[in-house]
Amino acid sequence: MQWANAIVQGVILGGLYALLAAGLSLMFGVMRLVNLAHGALAIVAAYMGMVLVNKTGIPPFATLLIVVPVMALVGWVLQRTLLNTALNRQALAPILVTFGLAVILQNLMLELFTADNQSIDVGSLAGASIQITPDIAVGVFPLITFVVGVFVIAALQLYLAKTTTGRAMRATSDDREAAQLMGIDHRHIYALATAIAVGLVGLAGVFLGVRTQFNPTFGDVTLIFAFEAVIIGGLGSLWGTLWGGIILGVAQVVGAQAFPSSGVLLGHIVFLLVLAFRPTGLFPKVVNG
Amino acid sequence: MPLLEVENIDVFYGDVQAIFGLSLTIEEGQTLAVIGANGAGKSTLLKSIAGLCSPATGEIRFNGERINDVPPHRRVPLGIALTPEGRRIFPSLTLEENLLVGAHSKRSGHWNLATLYDTFPLLADRKNRLGTNASGGEQQAAAIARALMSNPRILLLDEVSLGLAPVVVEQIYSALPAIVEQGTTVLVVEQDVNQAMKVSDRVQCLLDGRTVLEGKPSELSRERIASAFFGI
Repeated sequence: MQWANAIVQGVILGGLYALLAAGLSLMFGVMRLVNLAHGALAIVAAYMGMVLVNKTGIPPFATLLIVVPVMALVGWVLQRTLLNTALNRQALAPILVTFGLAVILQNLMLELFTADNQSIDVGSLAGASIQITPDIAVGVFPLITFVVGVFVIAALQLYLAKTTTGRAMRATSDDREAAQLMGIDHRHIYALATAIAVGLVGLAGVFLGVRTQFNPTFGDVTLIFAFEAVIIGGLGSLWGTLWGGIILGVAQVVGAQAFPSSGVLLGHIVFLLVLAFRPTGLFPKVVNG
Repeated sequence: MPLLEVENIDVFYGDVQAIFGLSLTIEEGQTLAVIGANGAGKSTLLKSIAGLCSPATGEIRFNGERINDVPPHRRVPLGIALTPEGRRIFPSLTLEENLLVGAHSKRSGHWNLATLYDTFPLLADRKNRLGTNASGGEQQAAAIARALMSNPRILLLDEVSLGLAPVVVEQIYSALPAIVEQGTTVLVVEQDVNQAMKVSDRVQCLLDGRTVLEGKPSELSRERIASAFFGI
């Protein structure tokens, strides 16, 4: 029964990973850009949430109303200024630019908040849980995170599939030049995609900040987990990212059940196995442009 | 005033010059065919008009306005639509979605999904097929229909016949009268000289990035075209 419990907890943890990875997956899917500042941005959002809770006393969930739009604006400006320029250079430029950005953000946070562990206080919700069977109990907050993660992936998928702008994003992803010939301004589409992606990072960052202790260097491991979820699921596939997150979560929790100090390592091993035997991921996009 | 004037343009790809002092004029409602062998500069000419290439010297005027510095996505709202060489259908979108993306600029006019399915019946049957799974003919028809979704004043067609069976080429060209009937100006680039002569009011033949012959199809003999085409 403890194995069943580990699987349930792993799936629920996977929801957080999927939430963290959604923006990374979207940015890669739309413009083939690997955003190495993704994790650092999530931690920026976590600090933003923490400061808002501590200074104003508003409830943690209410901070999302500020953090998400602010982060989306940050994403938009980032794309319009740095990243669109970087994308016009050779392939290495966006990687170097986002890596540099991650370093700058991390050091700024160290300067502002020191290296001490922090977390966002949600009061009694942090310890609340629901008993499903006598042996399995799930935390209320992790469950909310999971539901939000699934909802975000589904909403994003729907947005891309059904809306005019979503269609323009897919077209631009397929063939940027042909999209321009349809009257699509790719720089605008890219800015919109990054605004959505970084807004979602904001959402994920606040959830992360409630769920675990964090410090300025926590962005690195966040980026790695998000990246592993994207790769396991298959690049450019949003549903794949959800599955990737769940598989990673299950591997880590079940791994920790079997080898108490090596849960994260088992997650990495699953990731490496996927990369070795199914480099396109388990649920790749049907079409490669 | 001509709808489109290309005046004395030079176009380069890096250090390589593809077009040398080329000029061209089209009146509204006319169909002009630009013919020439591989590497004559035909596609480069169309890309320059659509904005994907920018001429180093010379001027491109649309409806009397200089458009050299207008980016490609702003030329579509003006009424310029290019069906590019190789069709460039969005592979992960269905054919119908491809058409809908063509309407991005929201120019209104005769062409919409219904009228286009009427003109290209083969698309109506295949509208839910993914671009990547469509046949060459379906892709070409979709590429033309997609360009028409922007209800352009001028339609630029690049190598429509390339890689298609003659019967399919016939089928696609049979839609051209319906397009011209709407008052649309058409600039066709073709290697298939017979097809080009059949559909156009005027023919301009390029060789190595320069115009070597132009005139009405009825006034040009096969011999003159052949010698201009091959530069002999």
